[in-house]
Amino acid sequence: MSTAKIKWSGSVELESVQVNVETNSIEVDGTSRDAKEYTLDNPISGTIYGTLLNFQGSLESLEDAVYEYPYHSPPVAPVLYIKPANTFNRNCAGIPMPQDVTKLEMGASLGIVMSKTAIALTEENALRHVAGFTIVNDVSVPHSNIFRPAVQHKSRDGFCPSGPWIIDLDEVENPDDLAIRVFINDELKQENSTKNLIRPIAQLLAAVTEFMTLFPGDVLLAGVPEVAPLAGVGDTVRIEIDGIGCLENTVVDEKTFIRRESK
Amino acid sequence: MRTARVSFGGAIHEAIEYGGQLQLKDGRIVEEKDVIWLTPIVPRTVFALGLNYADHAAELAFDAPSEPLVFLKGPNTFIGHQAYTRRPADVTYMHYECELAVVIGKTARHVKKEDAYSFIKGYSVANDYAIRDYLENYYRPNLRVKNRDTCTPFGPWLVDADDVSDPMNLQLTTHVNGKLVQQGTTADMIFDIPELIAYLSSFMTLSENDVIMTGTPKGSVNTSVGDVVVTEIEGIGRLVNTIIGDEAFPNR
Repeated sequence: MSTAKIKWSGSVELESVQVNVETNSIEVDGTSRDAKEYTLDNPISGTIYGTLLNFQGSLESLEDAVYEYPYHSPPVAPVLYIKPANTFNRNCAGIPMPQDVTKLEMGASLGIVMSKTAIALTEENALRHVAGFTIVNDVSVPHSNIFRPAVQHKSRDGFCPSGPWIIDLDEVENPDDLAIRVFINDELKQENSTKNLIRPIAQLLAAVTEFMTLFPGDVLLAGVPEVAPLAGVGDTVRIEIDGIGCLENTVVDEKTFIRRESK
Repeated sequence: MRTARVSFGGAIHEAIEYGGQLQLKDGRIVEEKDVIWLTPIVPRTVFALGLNYADHAAELAFDAPSEPLVFLKGPNTFIGHQAYTRRPADVTYMHYECELAVVIGKTARHVKKEDAYSFIKGYSVANDYAIRDYLENYYRPNLRVKNRDTCTPFGPWLVDADDVSDPMNLQLTTHVNGKLVQQGTTADMIFDIPELIAYLSSFMTLSENDVIMTGTPKGSVNTSVGDVVVTEIEGIGRLVNTIIGDEAFPNR
């Protein structure tokens, strides 16, 4: 069992509970039930920042393009973006498929949840500012050109499911060695590990907080592995991260997307 | 009506202009010098426009964009009127950008251009500082350039939308240490306010207190520690900011 924080639907505060990350279940009053049997809100209260090109394979997949127009050289500093509040979504809810696209990228990421105000962290003290970890699906409309900010591709309503909980920092032995798997309709479509991060978590936190403060409750995504699986309407996507749990959502037509009723 | 958010007497207050002084919501009249100015609203999602004035795009050697160039800002970057923005010692070019800030008043989804103004709560002034040294060509301009702590002064006032008869015809100016360095008019925006609201709400839902910073005209000049930078928009407000150096931040 692991200690985690969940947000019951309708509750204001996070509640500390025991969860089983192998079976993705929550223990309440001595009874263990699948997380899917509960309506859990997303556990994120702050700003969600994404990190682009932080997997070795994602940078390598650009090949020589990084030396050509319009990029000219590989990135020096972390490349960040924001998943704004309208994108926030929860475990087991629908991901709306916009009218103008047919496939969406499922961007599996470890979410680093901050516990303390984080300014100019060092690699040594960085993790002491972390509350724990969650799973985030950084959904995108596919786009190959990353020269300009992808607000139109990444900021659509419901494009950032997270949860089902925040696993306490102490439960995770090494966040830089966690397997990530993405299943679409129960078929394994992607497998990677946080050991392939270009900037491991402490180093990433140090580089980001050098120029911007992360506040308690903010979430920094460690990065999305290369070749994000695609999903269409009706597909169920499940992201598993070892030691954290699994986050499951189904892609639904935007027209029928009613966040509070989808399950 | 113009409203501000200020800190006074150990609490946060709404305030209105009162003949050169401020009247707090509880009725007290206080001097402007006795308050700390906060951002006039607590911003939710903040959009900023790049290259939204043709003369500024040309100044930066870019063609005017065919669709709005939008980026987002986080809450860490905002500061109020009469506050301090940090210039790192190792940079060679840091410039202000005077921008009209549009504050959304209610939920907006698939808004038509002709209806867009009815979704606006009011207007304010923003200064969207940029540090060119940190520009890289991935999701450009990226957060290291545009979402630094203290680098987005915002205020002093939220001016009610009803009090601004034509937001697309306002003079913008920036003065550095009293010298005029930037001058333009909102009439020169490439994508005007209704187009921006229609564009953004076509693919995402906007909510109350979302803010659209509508871009800046030509007139970028490098600034230095100690400079007093005043970004002003006709009828909206005069936003004062002072640039300070690394020595004020011993932990970073």
